[in-house]
Amino acid sequence: MAVEKLPGRYIYDDKELDRSEGEGIEALKAHSQDVIPDPDKWLDEELKANILLTSVDALLNWARRSSMWPVLFAPACCAFELICTAASRFDISRFGMEIMRASPRQADLMITAGTITWKMAPQVKRIYDQMAEPKWVIAMGACAISGGIFTGSYAVVPGYNRIIPVDVYIPGCPPRPEALLHGIRTLQSKIAKRSLLQEGK
Amino acid sequence: MTVALSGKEIAAKLEKQFPGSVIESSEDSLLIKPESLLDVASFLKTTPEFNCDYLTTITAVDYRDYFEAVYILTSLEHNHSLKLKTRCHDRKNPSLPSVFSLWRAADLQEREIFDLFGIKFDGHPNMKRIVLWEGFPGHPLRKDWQGGN
Repeated sequence: MAVEKLPGRYIYDDKELDRSEGEGIEALKAHSQDVIPDPDKWLDEELKANILLTSVDALLNWARRSSMWPVLFAPACCAFELICTAASRFDISRFGMEIMRASPRQADLMITAGTITWKMAPQVKRIYDQMAEPKWVIAMGACAISGGIFTGSYAVVPGYNRIIPVDVYIPGCPPRPEALLHGIRTLQSKIAKRSLLQEGK
Repeated sequence: MTVALSGKEIAAKLEKQFPGSVIESSEDSLLIKPESLLDVASFLKTTPEFNCDYLTTITAVDYRDYFEAVYILTSLEHNHSLKLKTRCHDRKNPSLPSVFSLWRAADLQEREIFDLFGIKFDGHPNMKRIVLWEGFPGHPLRKDWQGGN
């Protein structure tokens, strides 16, 4: 029974198939005799023509504030707002600080999200001491600022600034993620004003 | 639901077993002498009728004239519970018998009461502070405690 040929380009024959393949290769080869020029060739010249002048302070502060890594540290309920801030809706990675470090030695920023008791205080101070310079602290929420509702308690530290230096205070119980982001931006603008000459003072 | 046993009914049975051990009984609780606390607790634990095999909680209250320790005992078999109370009038050097030998659950809770109220539990194997640190001045849940930040 004869195969009915449908309209269009169909190959039913082995030899025809080989010939068609050969034609394709020959055609590509004929078009590929010259090297395609590097699309980024212009970059070299452009870079040579550019010089960026800045001060050491500006560069250093830009680098520092743009990649602040917070230490993974959350003693109480403000932690949930901190977690929200890190999650997709508020997303602190927009400010270069999405990498929460489990080791204080790799962290620059401590966000003190919660109440601290005197029994826990030595451990918090130790985490702060283990962080490498330069380092910053954000006091997040009423408890972190002053002890909050627990301020008269026998067990609670009335504010983190009793044990470690605090750069930015964020009020609220707890502060909303927007407030935390605002605090972080405030800290970034504070870092922008820092000078190398002030270090160690 | 767990059935709360009537203190009055149990008081009658306890009076037969340990005469003079019950000071006061009401519908929901039973106040007993501290000297007979261990006997009564052991009786409630081992008698099949009560079988209070589970110590839900121990807590203490400072009523200024005396301290009151409250024991909530539960039977997992019969699904009933009982509130047992005992008082300690000595404010300077308060002590109560420990029920650690009956329920291991008493270990941490008696230490917490010692930490916050200063009541010593005689017979406890490790009677020291649990929440606060060594050197903390006094016992902060006492009504006459002065301090704080």
